[in-house]
Amino acid sequence: MNTLMPYLIIGAIVFTLGIFTIIYKKNAVGILMGVELVLNSVNINFIAFAKFVDKGINGQVVAIFIIILAAAEAAIALAIILNIYRTKATVDVTELNEMKN
Amino acid sequence: MITLALYIWLVPLLAFGIQIFFGKRLPRKGDWVSVGAIGISFFLTLIMFVRMLLNYSPDYAVHASVPWINVGTFKIAMGIYLDNLAITMAMAVTTVSFVVHIYSIGYMEGDPRYSRFFAYLSLFSFSMLGLIFFDNLFGIFMMWELVGLCSYLLIGFYFEKKSASDAGKKAFITNRVGDWGFLIGLLIVFTTLGTFTITDIHTLVAQGKLTGGLLTAAGILLFAGAVGKSAQFPLHVWLPDAMEGPTPVSALIHAATMVAAGVYLMARISFMLSFDAMLVVAYIGGFTAFFAATIAITQNDIKRVLAYSTISQLGYMIMAIGVGAYQAGFFHLVTHAMFKAGLFLGSGSVIHAMHHAMHKTGVEEDPNDIRLMGGFRHKMPITYYTFLIFSLALSGIPFFSGFLSKDAILGGTLAFAMAQSNPIHYLLPTFGFLAAIITAFYMFRLIIKTFFGEPKRPDLYEHIHESPKVMTGPLITLATLSIWIFFTLPSISPFGSENSWYYHLVKKPESAVSVQLGHPVLEIPEHIEHSAHVNGMMISIIFALTGILLAYMFYYWKKWDVEAFTNKIRPLYDLSYHKYYIDEIYNATLVRGLLLWNNILAWFDAHIIDGLVNGAAFVTRHVSRLSGIFDLGFVDGLVNAVADLTRDTGQLLRKVQTGQLQFYIFGALAGLVLIIIGTLM
Repeated sequence: MNTLMPYLIIGAIVFTLGIFTIIYKKNAVGILMGVELVLNSVNINFIAFAKFVDKGINGQVVAIFIIILAAAEAAIALAIILNIYRTKATVDVTELNEMKN
Repeated sequence: MITLALYIWLVPLLAFGIQIFFGKRLPRKGDWVSVGAIGISFFLTLIMFVRMLLNYSPDYAVHASVPWINVGTFKIAMGIYLDNLAITMAMAVTTVSFVVHIYSIGYMEGDPRYSRFFAYLSLFSFSMLGLIFFDNLFGIFMMWELVGLCSYLLIGFYFEKKSASDAGKKAFITNRVGDWGFLIGLLIVFTTLGTFTITDIHTLVAQGKLTGGLLTAAGILLFAGAVGKSAQFPLHVWLPDAMEGPTPVSALIHAATMVAAGVYLMARISFMLSFDAMLVVAYIGGFTAFFAATIAITQNDIKRVLAYSTISQLGYMIMAIGVGAYQAGFFHLVTHAMFKAGLFLGSGSVIHAMHHAMHKTGVEEDPNDIRLMGGFRHKMPITYYTFLIFSLALSGIPFFSGFLSKDAILGGTLAFAMAQSNPIHYLLPTFGFLAAIITAFYMFRLIIKTFFGEPKRPDLYEHIHESPKVMTGPLITLATLSIWIFFTLPSISPFGSENSWYYHLVKKPESAVSVQLGHPVLEIPEHIEHSAHVNGMMISIIFALTGILLAYMFYYWKKWDVEAFTNKIRPLYDLSYHKYYIDEIYNATLVRGLLLWNNILAWFDAHIIDGLVNGAAFVTRHVSRLSGIFDLGFVDGLVNAVADLTRDTGQLLRKVQTGQLQFYIFGALAGLVLIIIGTLM
């Protein structure tokens, strides 16, 4: 396990899964999960590059930043979703089209 | 001298300005402004005249000029030229003008346009003096037109009367015909010589810059202006009608000064008259002198008799210039100005009296008609005696000024005829001597009918009385100036003026037309001149006395019956009475022809020109309609098509904008994948 490639492959798979989750899920909470997956795949890449290419701690620092960011983002997004649910009694994003037309 | 001349010239203009704007509001309606102005001019001219006499040099001349128009090579200078001729003329003009102004105070009293009358008189004095003083033909032409304007305004002064306003227009239009010639003459002079200044023209013509037929043409065309202004045949028709104006105007403008402007102009330019031009001038003048005199015999309007007499006397002056008797012609101008102005003022005095008498008795008839007069010498002694003096002067009786100048003209004409090889030129002295008899005859016919005999209308005669002092004063002044002594000093001989100040000071300018340039030249040997003069004097005295005698035979002693005699020569009488039907001929040919031509032009205008304009409008309208269709259909269609295309494309493309975030992400992803694949490949 001392090569870069497996990490990148794992990261790519997780990223793809996250993207497809974002695209296909109608449930807003699901989309939020997809976003978490995308962010974490990026984290894997950062740490892998930090270990094999950069040989320092820059990657780890950014990864920790991202984790914090993700936490904040999740908190705000969940709050928005909760409010949407209160007013519209649904979290289906295709229904959220008030600004159309 | 130049400054003096400027003051003399401009003071009447100032008076005109004041009178025309404020005249009505001034005390006495401002007559003192005009009279004062011309008085100042008169006294300044007197100073100038006395200085000239003290100088007593024939070559005396002052000349000053300034560039007036200076554009590239086009240069006109304006200036003042004072020689003995100009000063003598100015003296005559201001004298007559001054006495006429004073006379007008009495004559025009109570007229509703009193102040305007004086304004016009001032404007006239200004223009006339400018005409005399200017050193160039262009300036003279401008002033020439201004005096014409004043004449028009004053003839039509009683413009409520149709005959008066018509007479004004007639004078103006007839003068325009002459001025047309004058203007072309000016253009010939300017294009060939490049200057209007008279002294320069003299030099250049003497150098041969303008010769041959063109010189003759220039002389005759300039003379055409004089024909119009000095009422020579065939443009004399306006002057008798001009008598519609107030009588002081007739005296000042239509007897003494403005009509003499033509003679003055001819005197000024006489140096450039070729022999042929001089012949034309002499014959027109001579014929007019005779022709107008024959008309004067039969007229019954006191002013018309005098008007035809004026035309006749102007003919004398013009003839004198034409035969080279330059001094005599101008001399007659000066003497004639005095006694003819006097005659008109005298007739004005009579008319004034008649007018009042008619006003009192309620008779509505022509106050100018001599058939209603008679015996006035008892009622108006001053008018009678002065009138008699003027008539004697006009008839050419010794001891009066007219004799001196008329005798000089007749002598000069006779000398001219004797010096020519062709005996046909004896026509000129014949015209002159015949006119002299007739002049004496019609003047005494006028006097006898007006002042002698039994009153024809006792009802009017009752109310006739002498005019006020302001009117008789000028008459006495002018009568005094008609005495020979003023014109013969320092000699006191009443029979000749050869030794007078005038003949010493006003010399004939050397002709610029010389044999070297290939022109025939007028030369009169001295012995011929002398014998002609002596003979001319004898004949003219005899003829004048004959004329007076004839008038007494017919009208005073009644030895011969006038009625029977006129019946015997009825056709001739009618011809004269109707002024040779000249007015009728002009009406039938010129006026009628002009009207016909106007109608043709009007038709042409209404049909051809308007048709062209309407056709152009029609074509334009239809072209516009086509153009409109093209614009609406094609140009607008194109623009609309572009707009439609844009709208439809937009319609299509907006379907992509679903608002679904996931669709956008999918799009972005698909795009990314496509880019990656593209890059890899």
